[in-house]
Amino acid sequence: MSQQTVIETRELTKAYGNLVAVDKLNLRIDEGEIFGFLGPNGAGKTTTILMLLGLTEPTSGDAHVCGYSPTREPLKVKRIVGYLPEKVGFYEDLTARQNLEYTAQLNGISWEQIPRKIDESLHMVGLSDVVNKEVGKFSHGMKQRLGIADVMIKDPKVIIFDEPTSGIDPKGTDEILSLISSMAKKKITAIISSHQLHHVQKICTQVGIIAKGRLVVEGPIDRLGRDTIAGGKFQIEVQASPITEKLLAALQKINGMLKIEKQEDSTLLITCEQDLRSQISKTIVDNDSMLTGMKIEEYGLEEIYLKYFRGS
Amino acid sequence: MSGLLAVFWKELADNFSSRRFIILFLLIYLAGIATIYVAAQNIRSGVTETTEFIFLRLFIVSGENLPFSFPFFLSLFIPIVGIALGFDAVNSERISGNLSRVLSQPVYRDSVINGKFSAGLFTIAVLVVSIVFVVGGLGLRMIGVPPAAEEVLRLFAFIFLSIVYGAFWMALAVLFSILFKRTATSALASIALWIFLFFFLSMIAKYIADAMVPIDQKSSIEAITRNDSVFRMISRVSPGTLYGEAVQVLLMPELGNPSSTLVLISIITGGLSLGSLSLDQSLVIVWPQLASLIALTALCFAVAYIRFMREEIRST
Repeated sequence: MSQQTVIETRELTKAYGNLVAVDKLNLRIDEGEIFGFLGPNGAGKTTTILMLLGLTEPTSGDAHVCGYSPTREPLKVKRIVGYLPEKVGFYEDLTARQNLEYTAQLNGISWEQIPRKIDESLHMVGLSDVVNKEVGKFSHGMKQRLGIADVMIKDPKVIIFDEPTSGIDPKGTDEILSLISSMAKKKITAIISSHQLHHVQKICTQVGIIAKGRLVVEGPIDRLGRDTIAGGKFQIEVQASPITEKLLAALQKINGMLKIEKQEDSTLLITCEQDLRSQISKTIVDNDSMLTGMKIEEYGLEEIYLKYFRGS
Repeated sequence: MSGLLAVFWKELADNFSSRRFIILFLLIYLAGIATIYVAAQNIRSGVTETTEFIFLRLFIVSGENLPFSFPFFLSLFIPIVGIALGFDAVNSERISGNLSRVLSQPVYRDSVINGKFSAGLFTIAVLVVSIVFVVGGLGLRMIGVPPAAEEVLRLFAFIFLSIVYGAFWMALAVLFSILFKRTATSALASIALWIFLFFFLSMIAKYIADAMVPIDQKSSIEAITRNDSVFRMISRVSPGTLYGEAVQVLLMPELGNPSSTLVLISIITGGLSLGSLSLDQSLVIVWPQLASLIALTALCFAVAYIRFMREEIRST
């Protein structure tokens, strides 16, 4: 795989007086990823995003977006990066089309292309029927979708969403999340800053958790869970009957098996180094027992998150 | 330059379609037409004294039922137009969440503020030019005396001066819209400053001048002129004073140079006629006032610019 690094920060720091909002942040995001940027409120998520866009200057350290520095070449960065702010605003007395026209003009898109671009992006977010309605009459969810259309106008390589689902009903949230995950298919890198874990968990390929300005953990969600909670091991829950001593001995012999715990009734809690589900099921069947259930423990963000923020 | 034109056209469209602008437009037109009507009725009484600059007199004559002249109305209303165009230029965009969206587009930050400022300037220019032309045209119909070439040139200088005066107030309001996060605060701050400079500064100036150089009925001419020069120096802090003095030189050349002591003496002693100023003399006299107004505008704009360029743009 020839994955390219799209966003890279080195020792990125932002201090407001004595308050360090972002503390020596090192981040790497590759092309085509959907990166979940997680942390409680005030952890430094938005500040990091502003620095990536050149909307505020870092105190020290540097950032690169597609090889450009947001401080020195802000225009080149903004040409390829779309940003959906947390509280996205439009000119309320203008229609959706007029608002997007303005964005298109600011992006220097030629007059002939503007109508097509607007139709395409409004169609994508499902707002084609309200093109000529004033944005002031839009619901919060519609504005958020219009925000995504607005970002898509410039054909970005990277899109940064700041709390895209906050304050939106479950249906609207699903629509927005599916829009974001559909972007990955177009090779667009998406960064989602959020504190709403279960939303992010559904669509992200990678997550980074930030607390008090520091990146505490980073990686793919499944590996992250194993690394942080189970110490890098797999936990498999097996239900079989009958559980004989012979079966347990046979299971113990499987290569990579670490620990077998017998729970009440007929449940076995197995800890192993790799995903041994196929070997386990074969062993159970070979030992004349019935395999009634098997479940590999998935670590959700919730557990990871709790581990890091318990007490904080 | 990237994005400057887009911002300019957007802001211009906003300015001309906004309700507040239409209200101000109507207000100024009403004031302009009222003053020209009164002027046309009263102009004949003054013509006996001099036959020079009859057309210009249209703009400066006032009557008993409307004691204010056209330039006075402009000096009162142009600040309001400038403030109305600038007071929410930046903070309303920030509050509505548009600013972070617009600035995440590939435009230079200065394009946004330059575009807004130039669109406002253009709007002021359209307003001033049209009102002077409307008033001039109406006056021409009423008195039937066409303007001489010099009068036309003086009017153009007057238009330019008025635009600069408006630009100052707009630059000040834009500065406040960057300094204050709420639109109500910036509007109030601009209006408070306007009221202070317009109504209270001359009172304070008079008080200070009297304290420094006390005068009474028996004072010598030197004392009176010194008192007057202190008063003028302090009042010139107000752009309204600068504008008023410059307007007087441009539109009432027969009064001479308002800052020269000779005029004061001639007014006090009476009868001493100095003769009218020629156009180039007038322009030379007006130059310091005009330069001060331009400098004040540039100063406000520069501070606004620097603040805006260094600002952190958060959406919340």
